[in-house]
Amino acid sequence: MTPATALEAVEAPSPAAYVLEACDVSLSFGPTPALRGASVSVAPGEILAVMGPSGSGKSTLLHCLAGILVPDSGEVVFDGRRVDTLAEPERSALRRDRFGFVFQFGQLVPELTAEENVALPLLLGGARREAALREAREWFTRLDLEGLERRRSGELSGGQAQRVALARGLVARPDVVFADEPTGSLDSLAGEHVMELLTNSARDEGTTVVLVTHDARVAAYTDREIVVRDGRVTTAPGRAS
Amino acid sequence: MTVPLALLGLLEREPSHGYDLKRDYDTFFGRGRPLPFGQVYATLGRLARDGKVIAETEPGAGPERKRYVITEEGVSDVETWLAEPVQPEPHLQTVLFVKVVLALMSGRSAEGYLDAQRAAHLDRMRELTGIKRTGTIADALLADHALFHVEADLRWIDLTTARLSALAEEVGA
Repeated sequence: MTPATALEAVEAPSPAAYVLEACDVSLSFGPTPALRGASVSVAPGEILAVMGPSGSGKSTLLHCLAGILVPDSGEVVFDGRRVDTLAEPERSALRRDRFGFVFQFGQLVPELTAEENVALPLLLGGARREAALREAREWFTRLDLEGLERRRSGELSGGQAQRVALARGLVARPDVVFADEPTGSLDSLAGEHVMELLTNSARDEGTTVVLVTHDARVAAYTDREIVVRDGRVTTAPGRAS
Repeated sequence: MTVPLALLGLLEREPSHGYDLKRDYDTFFGRGRPLPFGQVYATLGRLARDGKVIAETEPGAGPERKRYVITEEGVSDVETWLAEPVQPEPHLQTVLFVKVVLALMSGRSAEGYLDAQRAAHLDRMRELTGIKRTGTIADALLADHALFHVEADLRWIDLTTARLSALAEEVGA
């Protein structure tokens, strides 16, 4: 645990009120500002949609929250601990041990089988191969993937590959899953299947989810949405940011 | 008006009593808005007057116990109605649009109004998604129909939000 942050000093939330927060976060890519004082607070177990037009900064905000990018200014706090001030090896360990990731195009390792892909986070965390594969296989049942354990990514449909990626994001039972357009490459039915499984699994496990999407039908599976516009979080009157 | 034609369509399966028609209508099409008995019998009365159905009084039963049978003319009406595409409504003067223009003209925050509207639309989409997740296939398909319509409004809200400054110029705000 790090000392109390400026954010806590100002807003004084109860310790369990939020698991993840960005406060007044700004980040530019060269001369181009991507985030201009974005703030968001995510409660434990909450499933949050981050929406907004293309180029609004929603993916950049997700990357800052996940410790992939370091903001130029502002604070990112996870579980009471400043993320933005950590050195890269510590942020890397945080991402590996506490976070899960699901991206638009699955990004499975093509040389590995589906079950090896799912087991990857456990193997990177130091689990023994057999134990990791055993745990990975349990997710094939949960995510309607039975029989596909030995397939490689080229032998899976888009929906199957994305469910394998989902299993990989959830297998290490992370505190927070970050999903960037997880249904963006799928048709409506396959996308709904992925959202159904993602939200059911997250609710079963108590996992917090931060999900970037431009699709309102996907956002409708979440508990709450924020809208990023021109690098800032805008919220409807009466809504929390 | 779809109620008379829906009742005719239900009668095409087999002759029925008013009570059974109401029950089937509520089951398949009511969705929380059951048809009042008064409306069922008034509609059947008009359909009988217009020759679309025949009301047969059942022997030994009270005068209100009637069994309705669809006529050939009634069948023909149902057939014509089913074959006719529903008029796509362009909604060129939506309440949303009027509110946005008036907000701009009066110097109020059109963006704030659109954000509130967007949140209300997403809340409705959450409710509909909940119905999809827990209901029958029929519930899910009806919820999908509603979802696509609400989503269309929401996309218009997003587009309008992105074009607010241009619209403000055009309406002289």
